[in-house]
Amino acid sequence: MTESFIDQPWLSFTTFLPIFGALLIVLRRLLSRGDETALVDNAARWVALLTTVVTFIVSLVVYVFYDPSLQGFQLVEEMDWLGSGISYKMGVDGASILFVLLTTFIMPICILASWNSVTKRVADYMIAFLVLETLMIGVFCALDLVLFYVFFEASLIPMFLIIGIWGSEGERTFMGAIVKNRIYATFKFFLYTLLGSLLMLIALVWMYMEAGTTDVVALQTYDFPVGAQNWLWLAFFASFAVKMPMWPVHTWLPDAHVQAPTAGSVVLAAILLKMGGYGFVRFSLPMFPLASDFFAPFVFTLSAIAIVYTSLVAFAQEDMKKLIAYSSVAHMGFVTMGLFTATEQGIEGALFQMLSHGFISGALFLCVGVVYDRLHTRQIAAYGGLVKHMKWYSFFFLFFTMGNVGLPGVSGFVGEMLTLVGAYKVSTWTAAVATLGLIFSAAYGLRLYREVVFGTVHNEQVLTMPDLGKREWGMLAVLAIMALWLGVNPSPTLEVFSPAVDSVLGRYDAALAAAGR
Amino acid sequence: MTDLSIWDNISFAFPEIFLAIAAMVLLLTGVFLNGKYVREIGYGAVAVLVIALFLVNFGTASQDAVLFNGAFVTDGFGQFSKSVIYIAAIFAIILSDRFMDRERLARFEYPVLILLSVLGMSLMVASTDLISVYMGIELQSLSLYILATFNRDSRRSTEAGLKYFVLGALSSGLMLYGMSLIYGFTGATTFEAIAIAADDANRIGLVFGMVFLISGLAFKVSAAPFHMWTPDVYEGSPTPVTAFFAAAPKFAGMAIFARVLVEAFPAATGALSDWQQVIVLVSILSMVVGAFSAIAQKNIKRLMAYSSIGHMGYALMGLAAGTSQGVSSVLIYMTIYVIMTIGTFACILMMRRPEGMAENISDLSGLAQTRPGMAIMFSALMFSLAGIPIFLGFFAKLYVFMAAVNAGLFVLVVIGALTSVIATYYYLRVVKIIWMDEPAPEFERDEGAGVKGVAILSTVLIVAGIAVIMPFLNVAADAAAATLF
Repeated sequence: MTESFIDQPWLSFTTFLPIFGALLIVLRRLLSRGDETALVDNAARWVALLTTVVTFIVSLVVYVFYDPSLQGFQLVEEMDWLGSGISYKMGVDGASILFVLLTTFIMPICILASWNSVTKRVADYMIAFLVLETLMIGVFCALDLVLFYVFFEASLIPMFLIIGIWGSEGERTFMGAIVKNRIYATFKFFLYTLLGSLLMLIALVWMYMEAGTTDVVALQTYDFPVGAQNWLWLAFFASFAVKMPMWPVHTWLPDAHVQAPTAGSVVLAAILLKMGGYGFVRFSLPMFPLASDFFAPFVFTLSAIAIVYTSLVAFAQEDMKKLIAYSSVAHMGFVTMGLFTATEQGIEGALFQMLSHGFISGALFLCVGVVYDRLHTRQIAAYGGLVKHMKWYSFFFLFFTMGNVGLPGVSGFVGEMLTLVGAYKVSTWTAAVATLGLIFSAAYGLRLYREVVFGTVHNEQVLTMPDLGKREWGMLAVLAIMALWLGVNPSPTLEVFSPAVDSVLGRYDAALAAAGR
Repeated sequence: MTDLSIWDNISFAFPEIFLAIAAMVLLLTGVFLNGKYVREIGYGAVAVLVIALFLVNFGTASQDAVLFNGAFVTDGFGQFSKSVIYIAAIFAIILSDRFMDRERLARFEYPVLILLSVLGMSLMVASTDLISVYMGIELQSLSLYILATFNRDSRRSTEAGLKYFVLGALSSGLMLYGMSLIYGFTGATTFEAIAIAADDANRIGLVFGMVFLISGLAFKVSAAPFHMWTPDVYEGSPTPVTAFFAAAPKFAGMAIFARVLVEAFPAATGALSDWQQVIVLVSILSMVVGAFSAIAQKNIKRLMAYSSIGHMGYALMGLAAGTSQGVSSVLIYMTIYVIMTIGTFACILMMRRPEGMAENISDLSGLAQTRPGMAIMFSALMFSLAGIPIFLGFFAKLYVFMAAVNAGLFVLVVIGALTSVIATYYYLRVVKIIWMDEPAPEFERDEGAGVKGVAILSTVLIVAGIAVIMPFLNVAADAAAATLF
């Protein structure tokens, strides 16, 4: 392969490819007559599927060009943008390349998951997902703070529409008025995240004024004054902690998850939450090492509370999606705990946990979606005895439940294990409390599985539910293979993370040593 | 400074002189034609503005000079401001095209009055003397008062105009009083002389004068606590007039605001700290009023009124920095604000049912299903007004935040961030109504090519601006702002 072929702007191409798919759908709509809705919808589905699959293939090409043994950023593209230190800069390193792949991998599954379950305004739906994909890939590729912020915050817009338009029915009273649940959830999601992001924006602006550039690579080696670091760290924390989400700012997540359509939940759990963790690795740790060290006990406390408390909350849930949403918060607790141990195991484990959670929680939401499509309820109590008629479903559901619990051999185990090892090195009591979380997660996971799949049939309709169709089987199988492969053979993945983690840690330890800590 | 001959002076002031003569010629033509060819007079006014735009940027007037014994200047700042004002006025005339016909308001005075107020603004932003500032502002305001009552048979429109006139007169009085105090304590009316005299003048008296002056200017840009007229005038005026109100005069007001404070009370004399705290206060109040009052609005034009109050708060945040970077961020903010406002009002002008103009936010219900194109434009503009990337509105906020952070105004910036979250709520509510509610009856589709074109153009600009406008806008604004320092 020639050098010039590799030198093409592959990352930008991957990032903006989905937008072209979206434009195709727009074009198809513009050319259609009023009575062709069904035709347009079908075309939109196929265009979206094709675009996401092609994007996945292109991202694999990117991965082929990527050399996992090297430190630093690869496939870097830089272009003048706003002048004076703000440029359009893209690039990937060990901490981001796999999340790009995760995004492009999950998206076709999302499109497939919505194939039959989304029936109204299909073209708009597909456009929203394609735009969202562009923004999510952009978040992981951006190497300029302003560019990152643009992608990071813009991703709220399609998600806002996805939850608000295609979310579930149901109403509630809010401040004296009756509002649709999904409207409430989507506003909460948007405004919560926006507030965090704006504080980050202020910090970002300050950093630009201080360092004269928003180039991430330059900022990672810039020594911010000790006094300022704490403030900057807190501002970034406000944004990423909401996104993760960490206890106590997690309350938007259960609402958003419950109301979002299945594919929306999958994207939210699998990718959007990862942006928070990614932000910590990319910005907080290397740019504010002293503050990260200073606030580590604070993060440990929040993580430990998140792991135990939200696990207990999950145990009490009656709604399947809510249960999994709370379990996500708990699992993200392991991620934040691992990251701020600032040990190799901790950070690699956290990144691994994020990746594995992307597959497993995504799959769990798909599992809920499967039965929701058939019975149109998410109440645990409405099910029971599925095992008799839905054998494959029971199999996959069990597999992913076990993955979520952290059974050895499935990817969930590796991440939790490594983060715990990292935590033991730094803070024994945090690790001890977090280990409790493992037990709780087994408790709520098994409870969910027992009540839905086993037990007596107390709803006649359950007996008429067909087992997985080919499409559903395929999606779950692919995810299961990924989760199993990561669980059985984690080292190739960890080796990809390793150079990036080393450089973060090298920077972190040097800064701490220089400050005499 | 005074060595320019009278002919030189005139050649530098040629764009304004041209505007004045053209406005009078169009007026006479209109009278002579007696109500016929109204549309053609509108086109004529557009042509006049295009020529003026050309003259400002490429003629003698594009060079720097001090004119008429220091009453006016031609400089980069004025050039930038005039360009934006002329373009905003062109769009306001284009927007009126179909509307005035349908509302039976097609009268030739409309473009003429716009030209006259543009002339006022043009003089205003180029003034470096309190007297010429006042004259410019009055010429602008008198034209605007008439424009507000343009629908003279409508009670709302007359009320709007009257309210605007009475309160406007009050604010002019305040401003004039402030100017006389400044003159009394410094013995000068030109900015340059005031700046020099301010060094050893009686500070207290000067500060009093300055505060009155700021109050008057804050009224003109509708910054809180001098914002009361805005919602009523916005609601009552014919919509194309509101579009014009919301864009060009705001820009002109903000430009002269910056010029007066920076040139007459420069940081070098220590006057910065005198006005900085006033501006910070006005900025905070505007952002808070804009954010909270808009939540309960049901009328889209009133919503835009409160939204514009909030936006003035953000623009003033840049001014509060008092630096060249700050003034540059004000210019960036206001330019982007003008693009967004004109686009939004173009969309509002498309809200028409057979029974008349629809102005309630609830009329937009389910627009995404009846008019998807319009829904996308409207939502993009709302997200942009909220300052969400990728839209231009985000960059406006980014640059004022930069200026304010660099000046150490952290409290102001944090309040700005918080109010912007609250403001986002009501913009999102519009988006929600458009996309997530059940469809209301469809709007008519005969808004005309002008309105549609303006809406599409501004939407394209706010979406593509991230790549095509921003790289140039900040360079141009920096250069323009630098001429004040």
